[in-house]
Amino acid sequence: MSDVIDRPALEKEATAATRLRIVDCDIHPSLHSRADLNHFLPKRWQEHMKTYGDHLRTPYIGTTPYPRSSPLICRRDAWPPTGGPPGSDLAFMRKQHLDPLDVEFGILQVLDLFIFSQQNLEFGAAIQRAINEWQLAFWSHRDPRLKASILVSQDDTETALAEIDRCAKTGEYIQVNISPRANEPLGRRRYWPIYQRAEALGLPLGIHVGGYGGHAPTGGGWPSYYCEEHQSNAHTMAAQLASLVIEGVPERFPKLKIVFIEGGFGWIASAMWRMDRHFERFRSEVPHLKRKPSEYVKEQFWFTTQPIDEPDEARHLRQLIEWVGIDRLLFSSDYPHWDFDDPRFAFKTPLTDAERKKIFSTNARGVYKI
Amino acid sequence: MARHVVARTSEIPPGGNKVVGIDGRDIVVFHVNGEFFALLNRCPHEGAPLDKAACVARLTSPEPGVYQRSRVGELLRCAWHGWEFDMRNGQSWFDPKRFKVRSFPVAVESGEELAAEMKKGPYVAETLPVVVEDSYVIVET
Amino acid sequence: MAATRIDCDIHPAVGGTRTTLLPYLDDHWKEQVVSRAIDGLDLTSYPPNMPLSGRPDWRPKAGKPGSDLKTVQRGAFEQLGASHAICNVLYGAQAVYDPYMASAFCKAINDWIAAEWLSEDERLRASIVVPMQAPDLAVEEIERRASDNRFVSILVLAQGETLLGRRHFWPVYQAAEKHKLPLAIHAGSAYRFAPSSIGWPSHRYEYYFVEAQAFQAQILSLIYEGVFGKFPDLKVVLMESGVTWLPAFMWRANKTWRGVRVEVPWVEREPASIIRDHIRVTMQPFDGPPDATGVADVIDQIGSDRMFLFASDYPHWQFDGDDAIPPHLPQSIVSRMCVDNPLETFPRLKLN
Repeated sequence: MSDVIDRPALEKEATAATRLRIVDCDIHPSLHSRADLNHFLPKRWQEHMKTYGDHLRTPYIGTTPYPRSSPLICRRDAWPPTGGPPGSDLAFMRKQHLDPLDVEFGILQVLDLFIFSQQNLEFGAAIQRAINEWQLAFWSHRDPRLKASILVSQDDTETALAEIDRCAKTGEYIQVNISPRANEPLGRRRYWPIYQRAEALGLPLGIHVGGYGGHAPTGGGWPSYYCEEHQSNAHTMAAQLASLVIEGVPERFPKLKIVFIEGGFGWIASAMWRMDRHFERFRSEVPHLKRKPSEYVKEQFWFTTQPIDEPDEARHLRQLIEWVGIDRLLFSSDYPHWDFDDPRFAFKTPLTDAERKKIFSTNARGVYKI
Repeated sequence: MARHVVARTSEIPPGGNKVVGIDGRDIVVFHVNGEFFALLNRCPHEGAPLDKAACVARLTSPEPGVYQRSRVGELLRCAWHGWEFDMRNGQSWFDPKRFKVRSFPVAVESGEELAAEMKKGPYVAETLPVVVEDSYVIVET
Repeated sequence: MAATRIDCDIHPAVGGTRTTLLPYLDDHWKEQVVSRAIDGLDLTSYPPNMPLSGRPDWRPKAGKPGSDLKTVQRGAFEQLGASHAICNVLYGAQAVYDPYMASAFCKAINDWIAAEWLSEDERLRASIVVPMQAPDLAVEEIERRASDNRFVSILVLAQGETLLGRRHFWPVYQAAEKHKLPLAIHAGSAYRFAPSSIGWPSHRYEYYFVEAQAFQAQILSLIYEGVFGKFPDLKVVLMESGVTWLPAFMWRANKTWRGVRVEVPWVEREPASIIRDHIRVTMQPFDGPPDATGVADVIDQIGSDRMFLFASDYPHWQFDGDDAIPPHLPQSIVSRMCVDNPLETFPRLKLN
């Protein structure tokens, strides 16, 4: 690895990468204020939002009990000069991120209000619809590069299906999104109607880290530190990979594409090997599986690249990439969060032009049909 | 070696910074604890601008629950991934030998001294007018 | 006897509380166990008839896999070629809620293993089963066994009541460090929480898979709570954890620590370095890639040849045939993992 980095070397990389227009599979727009949603909410729910507000399985109204290492989990330079939180100002997002990094398409992932985990299901239904409409009105319609996702509360099946249908009719949403910290593991049958609908509509299923499913972030209890809790996101994704594969979701819905967002990809190889290694021993428990677990992963799962792994040796990163497969990777920045990956500098291992094109563009365009 | 007059000392309040362009590079000048420090304004990790970094104390600990602070404001936590750098020499906390930001020597001189010096050179022609009553921050590259 | 191969993880099985353990309970607990029919403490993690729980050729004609000494001796020593073996008993004393019952049962397990296994075969050693429900009682149990060098480690489950790094456990680690007992964390759950952050799985196969993530969370807890700073001589052994998740896990921990160090300033060096110094791992299951190059790459990525400990996980069904060593391991690793690393990790494992 280089020590003192001079501008000339970085610029060389920069020029090469920005010739390619990229698809950024994880951008977080945020509400300037919750009042922005009022336009999309019936009066009853406007009032509810102001008075009762969120009801999530977490101790605090205004923050997480695992305080982040920077305000609002964001890069310190991403606060728009005009005011509002990072990600709330389209003009600033264009200036700081979309334009200089040559983003051809940016896929929106809205975390505000965490609709997936709202305990009051009616409120959840109202704000989920509002946020899905807000994505179009405030973002996609103002900048066609930005693509919206249908956010649904996975634990309220009826509402979720209705919202999927409503949004799908517009033709303007490119995936269905649920949370990996739901009431039950996502492979469980209660969620299958959502998968069936997504498959039938030809929409990928996006799963972005985060959520308040009511379970501790680890199987051994509650960690003390953000350092631990942050890394637990990767563990959550690994557990969900196993749940979905082992319960038979890809077996039952062979056309369903599943995208894991913001889980990184370093853990995937070992997860595949572990599932495969123990498959024969547990085979009699899961006769519905017709193929080895890794085969399902390599056909129906994609993984966004952020947060990218940072081994000391470039060749180790290369190995991780090859084990999961170049075809499975979708570049993501996670703008404007603090552990953002800059597309020009995040991949500290050589990629051929063809590989770069796949990871930064054509893989995502294939999955999302854009 | 060239000396660049980059600011009047009064321009950079304590705890603040100023970014200047020198030879096509952005250099950030910090003012903390009565001193000025200059670093290349790019984190060696992924190029984040260090002028937006958090300026914090040097934090050590002999044991869990004990927080020892020193040199308050002289450590930078990069605006993106939080890597810590010592303003004084640009060294990263976690691997000072392998990861550092280029740092530049800084001098502070009164307008009077400076006016006299500039007649001798080597100073880069600056757009900053030198007034005898003010004092100035000079970065050497 | 000279050590040629030390098997760091075999599982003698407790037949039952009212049978196997009864002689080792005091009068009060004898009466409770008999009059209230307290029994059946096999962990949900390992239903005895599940294929993983016992390889077919290792199941005795009667009783649970691992319940018969002679069968175990034939398997672990004659068939698999170990010269010594460490017994890790997974009977559920550690999951009981009543701390005094837990303590009594743990003591009984340790008394039983000493009397009916360690005293019957000089090649056997054991981990001290400790009641983490009450750390002070765990310390008592450690002190009780400290002078018996046949006990070479202390044993806890990978998923207990709280993460292992927490302060209230520190007296246990202090005692362990003092007596040169590594902390052995073995796969298994007390089911105080769903086995992972995503909730309760349908299948045992899913449960077994997520044990790997539980181990990872425990390592992070031990590191970030500062356990290795407080107890610099403490070693931690991961048993039946899987191995190949280590590299990506270590790199991610480094990445996080570099940016969020201010939360835990007592962690003075990067997590991967702490892991290489303090964490050891048994080699079954290894969870390796199918090809030799892949295995070599993973070993290279882990970056230490001192972490690996030979183990069969007998009688759990992790492999077929007589070779408990995972395929394609570089020879340098094989040499170290069979003797040198176990002797270094378990200092009380002196060979006669």
